[in-house]
Amino acid sequence: MSQFGNFSYLVTVFLMVSGLYVVIARNNLVKKLVGLSIFQTAVYLLYIAPGKLLGGTAPILGAGFETYSNPLPHVLILTAIVVGIATMALGLALVVRINESYGSIEEDEIIEAEEGAQ
Amino acid sequence: MSLAHHLPALQVIVPLVSAPIAVLARRGVFAFAVATLASWSAFALAVLLWLQVQELGIQSYPIGSWSPPWGIEYRIDEFSAFMLVLVSMVAALVLPYARASIESEIPREKHYLFYAMFILCLTGLLGIVATGDAFNVFVFFEIAALSSYVLIALGRNRQALVAAYQYLIMGTIGATFFVIGVGLLYLMTGTLNLADIHGRIAEIGDSRPVLTALAFITVGLSLKLALFPLHQWLPNAYCHAPSAVSAFLAATATKVSIYVLVRFYFSVFGEYIVFGGLGLPELMLWLSLAAMFVASAAAVLQKDLKKLLAYSSVAQIGYITLGLSLDTVSGLTATIVHLFNHALTKGGMFMLVGAVVMVMGDSNMARMAGLSRTMPLTFLGIVLGGLSLIGVPGTAGFISKWTLIRAAIETGQLWLAFAIVMSSLIAVVYVWRFVEVAHFRAPEAETPARRKLPVSMLVPAWLMIAGSIYFGLDSSLTLGAANDAARVLMEGGR
Repeated sequence: MSQFGNFSYLVTVFLMVSGLYVVIARNNLVKKLVGLSIFQTAVYLLYIAPGKLLGGTAPILGAGFETYSNPLPHVLILTAIVVGIATMALGLALVVRINESYGSIEEDEIIEAEEGAQ
Repeated sequence: MSLAHHLPALQVIVPLVSAPIAVLARRGVFAFAVATLASWSAFALAVLLWLQVQELGIQSYPIGSWSPPWGIEYRIDEFSAFMLVLVSMVAALVLPYARASIESEIPREKHYLFYAMFILCLTGLLGIVATGDAFNVFVFFEIAALSSYVLIALGRNRQALVAAYQYLIMGTIGATFFVIGVGLLYLMTGTLNLADIHGRIAEIGDSRPVLTALAFITVGLSLKLALFPLHQWLPNAYCHAPSAVSAFLAATATKVSIYVLVRFYFSVFGEYIVFGGLGLPELMLWLSLAAMFVASAAAVLQKDLKKLLAYSSVAQIGYITLGLSLDTVSGLTATIVHLFNHALTKGGMFMLVGAVVMVMGDSNMARMAGLSRTMPLTFLGIVLGGLSLIGVPGTAGFISKWTLIRAAIETGQLWLAFAIVMSSLIAVVYVWRFVEVAHFRAPEAETPARRKLPVSMLVPAWLMIAGSIYFGLDSSLTLGAANDAARVLMEGGR
């Protein structure tokens, strides 16, 4: 337990940072959205992992069960997942429209097209 | 339970339910009627709620009768009632304006979707203010943000798509930072009710996770409220959005984010954690000053009038956060009163510029030569708004700056008062640039003939501008309300 106590936090932080890095470093609009999605997913883990108690069960009263896991984070993250899907769908829809009007989904080419137009 | 008891819930539910009705209406006219009715009733509800708070104090409403801290609580105090009035008032004025304005900007078959998105955005903004639950704030944030991305993407040019995409990336990062902060607070306190978190943080003190949560929430909200240098998304988004959307978002979206920041600082973390020993007030002070000077200077260089106003917004947000960083009742009063005054001024100006765009075809300043002759009234309105941005006595902007300068002198920082005056001089330059082009330059030969603007556009815009003059002459109402709200917040934060 001792050296693995912080394991879930380490994974969370790794995912969080790598997701954010992809958003910043990638030039491709779709890849940026993938990074954003990874970043958001890390937050799901941040909420859910601490809610689980080893040996804990679902919080339904019954004989023989005494430790219960916290159900609230799951409910919260269910909402956050819905928000994440909506964001992703809208982001991809925008990328489709950008591709239609610019003929590219590379950020530098779009900026170039903008500057060329001016 | 009488109807008056349900006001906090109705405030959010009326616009929320109206959005799908507007979609079902399909026809643009019906959707417009539904949206306008919803925004006017939201405004009426907000005023009633404000009066109720004045009379009875804080209004707490348990959603679904689940008592807090287990259930979600809607909690309206002086500050939230003030913000509800502001947001719903701007929506009630912008919607009648939008009808004629989007005619030339958005294809007719998409009008009903515009109204649905607009009213959904209003729902999100009102919800953020009304709720007393940390996670609920995030959900409403995303409702408001997702609908505003759509609204911005409806702009005429293809740049609007890129602006909306950039705003989506930045906005989502901001909201995710915020929700990480809320998660850390939840881990430490085991509760999501704002008042309850406040009580438990007082017990555990400023432990490291709490400070980390503070850092995440501050950065996340700073992205949303476009605090310098996290403002990169704002100028493009406001510039390329449809005029009605620019006016609505400039007047409300960033203001509501500032509301959340103030709420978390004083009603959740408590003043002693935020302003004690972290260096946060100093950081915020310097970033605000940077916003006031750098963004104003950037505004001077803009060729596009809408972009100029957008950069000026970033600068004005600097004044708002400057008041917050002083950590005194008068500083906070300046913050709150400027939230209101700037919303009126900038909302009105964006609406008038929208009228200019409708006639001229775009918002490029070079094409506005001779505007004072072709559109004299609109020109006058924009100049009056500009005077309020500068802070000329007799305008609402003066009241804000006067309060802010007094707050700065109160803390003994005379140089700060001087800096506020100096940065206002840069505002003189950018307002003058517009006047110079529009008044002193001869109109182009093929300037479009004088066109009569629809009354439905001019009346709301002029109401906003008139408001920013009225509240400059008689500030007892706004200043009094702001002062009350600031006092309650400060007392709660101790």
